[in-house]
Amino acid sequence: MTDITVTVNGATRTGSVEARKTLADFLRDDLDLTGTHVGCEHGVCGACTVIVDGRAVRSCLMLAVQAAGSEVTTIEGLAPDGALGTLQQAMWDSHSFQCGFCTPGFIVQAAAFLGAHPDADEQQIRAALSGNICRCTGYQSIIDGVLLAVQRSRAGISEGISEG
Amino acid sequence: MKLPCFDYEAPATVAEVVELLAAHEDQASVLAGGQSLIPLLALRLARPAVLIDINGLSELSGVSVTDGLVTIGALTREFAAEESATVADAVPLLAAALPLIGHEAIRSRGTIGGSLAHADPAAELPAVARALDAEFVVRSQSGDRVIPAAQWFEGYLTTSRRSDEILVEMRFPAAAPGTGVAFQEIARRHGDFAIVGLAASLTLDDGVIGDARLAFAGLADVPVRAAEAEALLVGQRPSAGLFEEAARLATAGLDPPADLHGSSEYRKKIAATLVRRGLQAAARNAGERQ
Repeated sequence: MTDITVTVNGATRTGSVEARKTLADFLRDDLDLTGTHVGCEHGVCGACTVIVDGRAVRSCLMLAVQAAGSEVTTIEGLAPDGALGTLQQAMWDSHSFQCGFCTPGFIVQAAAFLGAHPDADEQQIRAALSGNICRCTGYQSIIDGVLLAVQRSRAGISEGISEG
Repeated sequence: MKLPCFDYEAPATVAEVVELLAAHEDQASVLAGGQSLIPLLALRLARPAVLIDINGLSELSGVSVTDGLVTIGALTREFAAEESATVADAVPLLAAALPLIGHEAIRSRGTIGGSLAHADPAAELPAVARALDAEFVVRSQSGDRVIPAAQWFEGYLTTSRRSDEILVEMRFPAAAPGTGVAFQEIARRHGDFAIVGLAASLTLDDGVIGDARLAFAGLADVPVRAAEAEALLVGQRPSAGLFEEAARLATAGLDPPADLHGSSEYRKKIAATLVRRGLQAAARNAGERQ
């Protein structure tokens, strides 16, 4: 077992893990952050996407020991006070999701992408989300939600409203 | 599935890595970005007794240029190479291929050396390395060896790296002025492995092709150069008729594998289409680098 310290959603968290434990399982089983979903467990579905040191990664393809010393943001970290942010509200309003299993992966991936590309167009959004699988919607409602978030952020910025 | 048990080593220097590799040889696997090796572990397709994690070795990351050679550290992340102005300028074929690798979250962790050492014949980087005659530098306790791309890829997921060696860097020739490139692929979904991919590079001198390079992904157990088609192109001026003939020559002797993504005949047809498209695109953007 290896002792690790990871900053998760702004808080310092510690744990003692086997080397073979993935970051996804550490977040879920050791830290009770079950918002991160585990789908395929081999890097195909994108449900376990989290942000590590500013970049979206698949937490099932990273060992927990490799996250030692890193800053991790999970879906829980995107709405820390329980209020939905611009992206989450836009996806709610667009009826983006149905069963919800893929939701955290899509939201975290979209949040990481919009952070770096706030003016993304539809084609860029489709490419950015191409690594996440949804078996309910057919994707159009998800793309609509992200596009709505882009529009609202733009409008908010032009009106000088700060975004939560 | 959850990962199987393994002993975990996270050495701090390349010297320690080669010591560990010498001790464990084929019982050990080197963990770089993990975007291929971790799935292989989860699926029990790989069962190393020891995992040697090289992610702490910052000495293996980075891009530099000397004397017309671009050296890329094996641990350089794909996203970092994608954002590198040096790569965009000096190895445009690599820059064209990088955005097509997997998905954004894969490129956050995936490394250039990891993909080339994994040697999936349907992946983009092996075709790029083969097209450009890249060189691979491997290190063991007995020193360094430099292996040309033509000898690096030996078979499906198999390279000429010995089990006591670690890939430390790759060297790519810097593109000459007048070089145009294209990486073309057909995939069901952006980011999927290509059914067929093509790395194409043309260097024009006064409108005449001085150098032509074509390498396919997904047509055999190693990336495949189209030497006959390249020979046809050199000394000619770009034209639709010439590219048509090059496509015919490049695919004439091919017998690609069939699987649920496409029959052998389908792969052969799209390979020819990719040659035409790739050469047209390369010829178009060659002018921009004069």
